[in-house]
Amino acid sequence: MPDYKWPAMNKRKIMGTRVSRLDGPAKSSGRAKYPSDMNPQGLLQTAILVSPHAHAKIRSINTDAAKSMPGVAGIRTFVNAGAEVQWANAEIAIVAANTEEQARDAVRAIKVDYEVLPHMVREENLAKAGTRAKAAGEQITGDPDQALKDADVVLQSEYGIPVITHCCLEPHGQVSEWKGDAINFWPSTQAVSTVGNQLAQALSFDAAKIKVTCDYMGGGFGSKFPADSWGAEGARLSKDTGGRPVKVFLDRATELTIAGVRPSHFMKVKVGAKKDGTITAWQSDSWSTGGFAGGGMAPIPYVYANIPNRRMNHAAVSLNAGPQRAWRAPNHPQASFLTTSAITDLAAKLNMDPLDVFLKNANLTLREATYKSQLEKAAKMIDWKAKYHAPGEGKGTIRRGVGIGVATWGGAGHASKCKIVLHPDGSVEVELGSQDIGTGTRTCITMVAAETLGLPMSAIRVKIGTNSYPASGPSGGSTTIGGVSSSTRKAAVNALEKLFEKVAPSLGVPADQLEAVDSRIQVKGNPNKAMSWKQAAQKMGPQSIEEMGENVPAQAPREGLNTLGASGVQMAEVEVDTETGRVRMRKLVAVQDCGLVVNPKTAESQVYGACIMSICSALFEERVMDAVTGRVLNPDMEFYKLAGLPDIGEIEVQMDITPEHDARGIIGLGEPCAIGGGAAIANAIHNALGVRVPLAPATPEKVLNAIGNRRYA
Amino acid sequence: MSSQNDSTKDNLTKSAFSRRSWLRGAGIGTGVVGAGVLEQEADAQQAKVMSGEVEISLNLNGRPRSVKVEPRTTLLDALRNRLDTTGAKRVCDRGTCGACTVIVGGKAVYGCTMLAVDAVGKNIQTIEGLAPEGQLHPVSQAFVNNDAQQCGYCTPGFVMASKALLDRNPNPTVEQVEKGMAGNICRCGTYVGVRKAVLEAAKMRGGSNA
Repeated sequence: MPDYKWPAMNKRKIMGTRVSRLDGPAKSSGRAKYPSDMNPQGLLQTAILVSPHAHAKIRSINTDAAKSMPGVAGIRTFVNAGAEVQWANAEIAIVAANTEEQARDAVRAIKVDYEVLPHMVREENLAKAGTRAKAAGEQITGDPDQALKDADVVLQSEYGIPVITHCCLEPHGQVSEWKGDAINFWPSTQAVSTVGNQLAQALSFDAAKIKVTCDYMGGGFGSKFPADSWGAEGARLSKDTGGRPVKVFLDRATELTIAGVRPSHFMKVKVGAKKDGTITAWQSDSWSTGGFAGGGMAPIPYVYANIPNRRMNHAAVSLNAGPQRAWRAPNHPQASFLTTSAITDLAAKLNMDPLDVFLKNANLTLREATYKSQLEKAAKMIDWKAKYHAPGEGKGTIRRGVGIGVATWGGAGHASKCKIVLHPDGSVEVELGSQDIGTGTRTCITMVAAETLGLPMSAIRVKIGTNSYPASGPSGGSTTIGGVSSSTRKAAVNALEKLFEKVAPSLGVPADQLEAVDSRIQVKGNPNKAMSWKQAAQKMGPQSIEEMGENVPAQAPREGLNTLGASGVQMAEVEVDTETGRVRMRKLVAVQDCGLVVNPKTAESQVYGACIMSICSALFEERVMDAVTGRVLNPDMEFYKLAGLPDIGEIEVQMDITPEHDARGIIGLGEPCAIGGGAAIANAIHNALGVRVPLAPATPEKVLNAIGNRRYA
Repeated sequence: MSSQNDSTKDNLTKSAFSRRSWLRGAGIGTGVVGAGVLEQEADAQQAKVMSGEVEISLNLNGRPRSVKVEPRTTLLDALRNRLDTTGAKRVCDRGTCGACTVIVGGKAVYGCTMLAVDAVGKNIQTIEGLAPEGQLHPVSQAFVNNDAQQCGYCTPGFVMASKALLDRNPNPTVEQVEKGMAGNICRCGTYVGVRKAVLEAAKMRGGSNA
């Protein structure tokens, strides 16, 4: 079997260097065409009618008047009379017309008769949830009752973090064209190789005749895997209209309401410890919602999971609200917020520095040495020793504080196939049915291929973004970089082997004595016995060399190209105005390991981005439900707040690149770095004020309530 | 312009920004039985909504472009839907996020909050007009150099806002960059790169209003 293993760290010429993303110029010049930018000839625009009610039975839908409106080409309904909708903004009908304005007018002419039914849209008070709450079953380890009795100190507290939405800037949607027996589908997707199969299933259509194309996509964060109801109805509208292409993209309110949310998570907890800070017991009652189908269950206690005595009860609450979708590290940011808040408050009760408590109990984690070293690195970066003070200690209106958050993630490579074609003219093509969701995947594939073939990146043409290429997994779970790098590496090694066989006779050595270096094929270690890549390519005759490489997750651990298990620590420094309640970020630092780092430049960007997302959810983001109408009160970008450039403070990222981490192979990064920041910020606010803001986000209202010791919903 | 009289046009223009159409645009109050307060209020204000296009000429990136629009068509929708000029993106569609930033009469504006008919007679610059095909404007280049983009959907808006800022203030301080870019939102979180990119672009342009 060929030797696929990564070149030694000090031998790499391209991997590990800071490369600007290759599609950067297309994006920053506006030339990159996203699915929502597609305007093929004859395009029909659409508008979607959504339910104004959070829970209702549809008595009838009448589209007659809408059909005769100017420009209308087709109308379809998502539901029929008799159906129940379980959340506001659920899709009811869709109109295709020559212009968007015409489609919107026609949507208004659709008459729907609803029987309005009772709804429940808020879950912060579990006692009110009644039969809407489903218990997940108790988990017990050790003897939590005895351990809490024996503990020197018991912290008893409550915390909560609300539902937030993905708020992808490019809304969910697609352009589709169903012509004859083939469908062209241009979705904004994280899954070019699987979304077509889902569409085929929804339409009872031949999957082989659906061509999916997505060169660029405007953000997914876990919410853009499925073909979606509007994908299927958009395709059907195209068929209904004789194959005219149909564009469907959700408007902002619908996007924020039904296209994906992150579950909330609330917890009442008791944590027991010895006087020296050793954590001995954990007892939590938690609940969450992810919409009508229930909710996610955060892995608590988080990272510090091996507390010897613990009891956990959890309930999932069904609400009449838009459904959850995977949200960058599903359930982990909530778990980090809940767990590290409790540990930090426990430290306060023990009169200990929380850093010491996190360090002391690192044996409760799966990677004690790594967390200890990362806690120490992050503490140095934020200058913890100088900046930490007893909670609330300080003078004046503006108070500063520091806090800690932790993270863990899997991130092993997904199943991925790559085809590499070496052409006789010296050109190289690399094909994968993968996608670049903004993480730099395209660039990293190019770097791996160039490194392996001994060519400059400019000599490699990487083609991704369609299901016509060999299948790669969806971009979820931080599995893409491990998957595509490994399959590309293997395809390139396989292709080189074939090329060496063609070249070996001319260089007078066996094929296994050759290597590809600096755009040449040469006898190993002997640059004088060599020929240029171009000359070598000519030896292959008229037929191109085509080789596959595959990452098979079950075999990957043996091969060592990729693996799982990332750790991270983030620390925050905030400034809180005790008169206005406003929190300002001063600094956020992130120490993150992710094994072998292919492109430190784009990797750092992901961590910076994750830190900023953490600031958003710690300070600004909350989906606000109105109990009376059952609607989302802030389905827009003015009142669904995200951080802007003035809100982020200083951010410092340290990729934990060490020979030991590098030797583990590639581990996904997108998710682990998006976990600990929000927790760190919440804990920094506690340190600044000396009181806990128990519910995220720490808006001025919630901060002032905490300072005034006011209870509030 | 078409033969439609001006009062019709004014009515349509106003109705396009009435509270009612806003509510409708948000998917609220459409075909509702048992209406709540919002719907009743909207019904009381019901204005007659008509469809109808007029042909206007827009001065787009230095060239006159003829385009048929409705009075309610925003500049952004005219660009994206009718002129296939898709660099400016439609994200919030309510003047909050800046993804649709274009430069009109030398000022950065949100394309989603300007009617196409109101852009007649003004110089409209979109990201497509920043540099000839195959070349990169220094601001775009600075965004590449500093990796001030991930998914890239907000990037054209940021680039245009940066360009307008630097035209106005060729040597901004960090604080001025933060304030100047505060009207643009990025979900991937590229602000650290954006901050560096705008400062680098200022340097690359040597402080001249290139």
